[in-house]
Amino acid sequence: MSLADPQPQATRHIPDRLTTPAAKMFKSWESLLLLVAVGIFILNSFASPYFLNAWNLSDATFNFTEKAMIAFAMALLIIAGEIDLSVASVIALASTMMGLVMQAGFGTPVIVITGLLTGLACGAFNGVLVTRLGLPSIVVTIGTMSLFRGISYIVLGDGAFRGYPADFAWFGQGYVFWVITVEMVIFVLLAIVYGVLLHKTNFGRAVYAIGNNATAATFSGIRVERVKMILFLLTGLMAGLAAVCLTSRLGSTRPSIATGMELEVVTMVVLGGVSILGGSGSIPGVVIAAFVMGLVTFGLGLLNVPGIVMSIVVGALLIGVIALPRIYHNLRAR
Amino acid sequence: MGHDPAQSAPVLALDGITKTFPGVRALDGVTLELFAGRVTALIGENGAGKSTVVKTLTGIYQPDGGRILLDGEAVQFPTAQAAAQAGVTAIHQETVLFDELSVAENIFLGHAPKGRFGLIDRPAMHRQAQDILDGIGAEIDAGVRLKDLGIASRHLVAIARALSVEARVVIMDEPTAALSRKEIEELYELVETLKAQGKAILFISHKFDEIFRIADRYTVFRDGQFIGTGEMADTSEAELVQMMVGRSVDQIYPERSTQVGDEVLTVAGYSHPTEFEDIGFTLRRGEILGFYGLVGAGRSEFMQSLIGVTRPSKGAIRLDGKVRVIRSPADAISAGIVYVPEDRGKQGAILDMPIFQNITLPSLPRLSRNGFTRMANEFALARHYTERLDLRAASLDTPVGSLSGGNQQKVVIAKWLATQPKVIILDEPTKGIDIGSKAAVHEFMAELAAEGLSVIMVSSEIPEILGMSDRVIVMREGRIAAELEGDALTPETLVRHAAGITTKGAAA
Repeated sequence: MSLADPQPQATRHIPDRLTTPAAKMFKSWESLLLLVAVGIFILNSFASPYFLNAWNLSDATFNFTEKAMIAFAMALLIIAGEIDLSVASVIALASTMMGLVMQAGFGTPVIVITGLLTGLACGAFNGVLVTRLGLPSIVVTIGTMSLFRGISYIVLGDGAFRGYPADFAWFGQGYVFWVITVEMVIFVLLAIVYGVLLHKTNFGRAVYAIGNNATAATFSGIRVERVKMILFLLTGLMAGLAAVCLTSRLGSTRPSIATGMELEVVTMVVLGGVSILGGSGSIPGVVIAAFVMGLVTFGLGLLNVPGIVMSIVVGALLIGVIALPRIYHNLRAR
Repeated sequence: MGHDPAQSAPVLALDGITKTFPGVRALDGVTLELFAGRVTALIGENGAGKSTVVKTLTGIYQPDGGRILLDGEAVQFPTAQAAAQAGVTAIHQETVLFDELSVAENIFLGHAPKGRFGLIDRPAMHRQAQDILDGIGAEIDAGVRLKDLGIASRHLVAIARALSVEARVVIMDEPTAALSRKEIEELYELVETLKAQGKAILFISHKFDEIFRIADRYTVFRDGQFIGTGEMADTSEAELVQMMVGRSVDQIYPERSTQVGDEVLTVAGYSHPTEFEDIGFTLRRGEILGFYGLVGAGRSEFMQSLIGVTRPSKGAIRLDGKVRVIRSPADAISAGIVYVPEDRGKQGAILDMPIFQNITLPSLPRLSRNGFTRMANEFALARHYTERLDLRAASLDTPVGSLSGGNQQKVVIAKWLATQPKVIILDEPTKGIDIGSKAAVHEFMAELAAEGLSVIMVSSEIPEILGMSDRVIVMREGRIAAELEGDALTPETLVRHAAGITTKGAAA
């Protein structure tokens, strides 16, 4: 066993990257997804004469903007190896609390703040159970999923809150400019904020580190519990924001509001290329996935396809887009 | 081989067994003979190949060369079941048992007596289980559920399970590691019982008092090679220790002229409820302080407490003369104490993340501006330290997991050096890496010390401890057993203090 030759050699230079970031992006999941989005857009425009209409397209964005707000925070949470399945129930509870303060005679600012704070409180509740008691987040949030919506049912029973103030409608029904909705603007701003947070900050790097290897992250001086707590708070806050938008758009609160939305949010996140096992994924991926899901449901809606079939199509899309690269990989390995 | 012709032929023998793993020759043509009614102790340092032998005998590993002889005939154990059918059974340190099943079910899981229609014959199973338990003197009802038993009783169930197959050869791998004094005495009685039943016993232990108490014969391995065998009556502790550690220091360690400076770190009275007790020492500038001990002596646990992964129950540290309280790894990093853990894949590196991100992770606060990462700074830092450590990698954004073990270790060391620490703790820094990388790591450690960094090196390899350390602290069972330097620092003294045989050796 001879050692490597002892003669001195010049310092070995290691390049930063072998492929340029642009080349990497070209081969990425996000590019594939973008292709799918463009394909669906073209299919839709052939399938229905009503598709390529600015106002119709603007309406279509409501199919994903509220879910996407939550999906951004959920993406970070899932990348860090946790999950929050209670988000739809948080919407129900937040909307109910908003209804209560509205009935008590408060105006739009208080209603909005109540919605956001309720979401934040629900996130804090989940976060404390997961980070302080060390319970698995999937179990905790399945529990709080029933709990939060249950409170909403106790308050409202079969009834509903109606009669929100007129200026409250701005969030879910308002337009900023021409066909650009308020929700669309919120969506774009949040996409930028979360994109920067995940990809350009130390906090985002910590999220990836925790999702890949929480032990090594702890040893590296990352305060794992604190990061996770912040992520639960953000997810709760986003669910509160979605509750404001959704309640404003519908103009009423029922305890069944947003039922099943948590799975659509998780679908959006996973479709966007976030590994359900944690550790990888990107915000651009989630943005494109939001458009894909919005386009599919809108296109099928224009064709008068019933809701049940729509969920089948979305499910098939999810499995298909995730399975294709794996199948391709297996075929090549043969 | 040449065993005593007066003895009967061995029940089970290994003849020239070789087993190679990528980069390591775990067993190199070893010989081992086990005789009916006799206890053979297998002795060797950590990494001598003892557990590989156990796994080869029980059908978990397949040897690359050599023969296994059962009653003089060559056999193969392709599976664990095949070994069990041949009558070879092992009592491991941690046998997997099932809380919700009864004692009898635990004992016979997988090979229960069958009745008509192939269903389990429960009465027969219960009866046979009770017989085995009675046979080893365990006062346990075979019908109770396992979760109602204490730790010691569970251990007896594990032994009963090992004996539920018609065993001719019983392997005991560190069987006393988790037992109390009284339970150990009971185990000795059990060994005597098994001996009287004519079973051949292979007894693996680090504790010399145990070996002299219970074994009839010994076999010594070192670095995967057979060193010697003989009767316990004909040997002494000194001879066994010498066989274990050998004389050859076959690796070249860097020349060092130590310029030890002022005190940097003082630790006093560090204690933990279960892992370690009253650890205190000082570390000076430019010094390499070795920590030697057997596996489980509490060295890693203490180091992890020192950097705030776990909290000590008592104790204080002073760094550069100032008292510091370290509650988390983040505190330790900002204080300038860093830890390169033993378990690279779990604690050291994030294998799926790129090299440069691994290296910069603990240094991000320093490299960033207002919490925003700055890629150019990250690459510059990563390049500086990887080039200094002569890392072999295609590029800095390839995942750490794609590198060899030695290069992964270089990344982890680079990551901690990049925080510009005052004290660096290296836990088994060369474990499982190839000889070339090993030399590079050693050379680098010497360089760091020469530049004035204080180094703590935890190692279970005696040549490494002797070759690198200025001073050595030996730990045993969570306490400091000795502090050695200069002429007192020899392989024999290290092993004696680590195994706790100083006083006995003097009395003998």
